[in-house]
Amino acid sequence: MSGLATQILQGDRRALARLLTIVENAREGGDHALAALFPHTGHAHIIGITGPPGAGKSTLVSALTKAVRAQGKTVAILAVDPTSPFSGGAILGDRIRMRDLSGDSGVFIRSMATRGSLGGLARAARDAVRILDAAGFDYVVVETVGAGQSEVEIARMAQTVLVVEAPGMGDDVQAIKAGILEIADILVVNKADRPGLDNTIRALKLMLELGHPASRSQVSGHHGAMMSTPAPTMTSVDHALWIPVIVQTVATDGRGIDELIGAIEAHQAHLRRNGHLRELEQRQIEIELQDRLREALLTRLLENISAQDLSTLVERIQQRHMPPHEAVDMLLAGLRFEPSEE
Amino acid sequence: MSSERPIRVLIGKPGLDGHDRGAKVIARALRDAGMEVVYTGLRQTPEMIAEAALQEDVDVVGLSILSGAHMALVPRIREVMNSSGLEDVPLIIGGIIPDVDKPSLEAMGVRGIFGPGANTEEIAGFIRTLVAAKDKDAPA
Repeated sequence: MSGLATQILQGDRRALARLLTIVENAREGGDHALAALFPHTGHAHIIGITGPPGAGKSTLVSALTKAVRAQGKTVAILAVDPTSPFSGGAILGDRIRMRDLSGDSGVFIRSMATRGSLGGLARAARDAVRILDAAGFDYVVVETVGAGQSEVEIARMAQTVLVVEAPGMGDDVQAIKAGILEIADILVVNKADRPGLDNTIRALKLMLELGHPASRSQVSGHHGAMMSTPAPTMTSVDHALWIPVIVQTVATDGRGIDELIGAIEAHQAHLRRNGHLRELEQRQIEIELQDRLREALLTRLLENISAQDLSTLVERIQQRHMPPHEAVDMLLAGLRFEPSEE
Repeated sequence: MSSERPIRVLIGKPGLDGHDRGAKVIARALRDAGMEVVYTGLRQTPEMIAEAALQEDVDVVGLSILSGAHMALVPRIREVMNSSGLEDVPLIIGGIIPDVDKPSLEAMGVRGIFGPGANTEEIAGFIRTLVAAKDKDAPA
């Protein structure tokens, strides 16, 4: 077995940090260690947290982690921050809001920059989550800024997805329209002591009703039935879709955190019933396989296309001599692009 | 290969002074130089800095100290880092450091000392050289 993998399974935190770097940089040795760790994965509950900048995600993660630690469970946090498109550098500042968690050996915090491609980040984040899972943490929390497609995709790797909002952040509905509301299992309205709370809650409820019309009517049906015959309907409720819940929190003083943990546990229980978790995992593996295939194929294809052929094609497209789709067909057919060589 | 990956730097402010403008300027400058900067914020204990450096697997730790407590803080941080197995992670310091203290700080293993007005490009270049030398020593 790979040395790093063995050390990680024995609880060596330096080895854990090292392997995270290796997979992030797609360096040699990472795949070997990942393969050795893979049989040890599948035990952690993976929570994705996303939402607009300033909603208080890091503070919420900190408060949530403290509460979960009080139950004796261990937590690993993967905090993803955007890379500057200009310099390729990044400021990873999530630890500022997580200082209360330091000195706790049951917590491990790792910051990750989004770096280049969507595919690359997705791969690195998935691998990082697997490593943290194999290292034995009860919860793995992945925090991303919900400002772009890649971040939303990362949150979707989780089993339970929290979307965090805050009142008074401008146009409430705008902030959540960009496709992040649909992925929420739990909607957290943080900073609930702020003015504008009612508006935010109302906007979220409206969006939920628009987003889940079928599930809503289904639930009110169950609810009505439950009034008369509780016993048989309990099982049919189990089959029901999960209806996203709205939880209000004030992460800075811990208000609402117990309710949030209750909601997370309820979602966990929902997943465990009737094979929901298996279905979810199946879907996620399908997506991952396709992502990895796409990345691998593209890499292999680009290896076989010379930079010169590519730039000739770019020029031809720019001069309107060839539409882009024909250029792609040509490359896929394995045809070399030759006019300049004749 | 190693030259392509972004360098990871931790910028920490140990001790009790609350002036983090310098630390933030450096963090931003290093980001603009293409580095990934883990910024830990104010009032970090030596243990917090060592723990963050370990979990984040940074190449270099930069400390901003304006309180005058560098002769107490730096050896303590080096010691805690060493006992966490981070002997190979170099320390650099920025802030108000009197010339008389520089030799002793260097003797404690501080690799670079930068005062107010230090050129940020020079600091970025210094970090690149440190990391390149480290990668050459231990190709892993």
